[in-house]
Amino acid sequence: MIKTDIAVVGGGPAGLSAAITAGVTGARIVLVDDGLELGGQLIKQTHKFFGSEKQFAGIRGIEIAKNMINELKEMKNVDIYQNSTVTGYFEDNAITILRGENEDIFDKVYAEKIIIATGASENMLPFVNSDLPGVYGAGAVQTLMNLYGVIPGKSILMVGAGNIGLIVSYQLIQAGIHVEGIVEALPTIGGYLVHASKIRRLGVPIYTTHTLKYVYGNEHVEKVKICAIDKNYEFIDGTEKELDVDTICLAVGLSPLSDLLWQSGCHMEYIAELGGHVALRDENMKTTHDNIFIAGDVAGIEEASSAMLEGKIAGLNAAESLNFKIEDFNQLNVKLKSELAELRANPLSEKVKQGIKKALTNGMRSASC
Amino acid sequence: MRIKKHPILDFPEKEKVKFTLDGNELEGVKGEPIAASLVAAGVEVLSRSIKYSRPRGFFCAIGKCSSCLMKVNGIPNVRTCVTKLEAGMKIETQKGKGDFN
Repeated sequence: MIKTDIAVVGGGPAGLSAAITAGVTGARIVLVDDGLELGGQLIKQTHKFFGSEKQFAGIRGIEIAKNMINELKEMKNVDIYQNSTVTGYFEDNAITILRGENEDIFDKVYAEKIIIATGASENMLPFVNSDLPGVYGAGAVQTLMNLYGVIPGKSILMVGAGNIGLIVSYQLIQAGIHVEGIVEALPTIGGYLVHASKIRRLGVPIYTTHTLKYVYGNEHVEKVKICAIDKNYEFIDGTEKELDVDTICLAVGLSPLSDLLWQSGCHMEYIAELGGHVALRDENMKTTHDNIFIAGDVAGIEEASSAMLEGKIAGLNAAESLNFKIEDFNQLNVKLKSELAELRANPLSEKVKQGIKKALTNGMRSASC
Repeated sequence: MRIKKHPILDFPEKEKVKFTLDGNELEGVKGEPIAASLVAAGVEVLSRSIKYSRPRGFFCAIGKCSSCLMKVNGIPNVRTCVTKLEAGMKIETQKGKGDFN
């Protein structure tokens, strides 16, 4: 049995920030992460961040992760359980974990407050032979090439021209891998145009209003057929085009990994703008469950900079609710929230802002369930 | 295959270890995910689906999708994308639900 003040589930950008912010107040922290390495998706992000300096603009994701991990490891009141999976939430405010080198030690962690920062999983897309080897999620491609230096394939079709699709395409080219093209179902490119023009200059075509229709192959991807689609997302006859690729990279969005929140009885709502089912929360990232906070993609699909700010807000407020002494708490809390608002003050964040409006409990009575 | 030159990242030489896949000896990098070493060695099929025995490859890399479940040292359903490779490991392509035989 492990006892702690605050348990943080997930060691990505949101969880690391939450643990550091709460840890600084003196609270005892247990951070649990199921990956082989801490840092979540940050440790594969070789690109420099956008936005303001406060939000690490100009620094590569891998560097941000390294700094946070080092800071956290130096904190004596923080225990980190890596390669450990949280298997459930129990109503005596405990989570169970499987830990140890072989994930074969079962432990119960009692925590006064729990911060859930589990992130998201990649969305799938239906097409013929979507299950063949050679069809990868974009995160998996990043893991293979940026973390381990492994080449996933020789010729890639990217599906999705949002920021992830564009950035991973560029990373593939940096790794010396041929990108045959990018298909995007929408009529416009979803990601930053800076990324899109960089890729176009390198000769990679971006096919908007196109989708992947068919994948050929028996044991692995051998060839694909893409097709234009109309307003109702129906295939347009006679527009098919075959491309020679051996690998497909899916960057068609993410869904919050919200299992623990469902289990804990938090009020959940389907909010399309946030990527799926999310827990309702107040402005301090507290859910309708008095002891549970959320941060990062599990609170709504966004990106690493906002995840880190949400993590700080959740960590700060979780510690404050346990009466840990924080100098200038109010000032700091207001500052973090205004930094988050500043970060979202751009047209690409419009959708997320609408979603967050729907997810805010404003005045809703907080119930311990 | 592995990346040889990269404009941003360095991939220093790491300790190589030998292991077997369905009895055939392969070489991989100690401590990296088993599935990453398999992809680097050109292995695409990691498991076979339960009903139609369709091939399954590397997909999510975060231990969530079950596409990479393999038999490792006699234990079935090991998530090879989040399990470290060690010298002498006996890896087998998993068929269906897997078994201990």
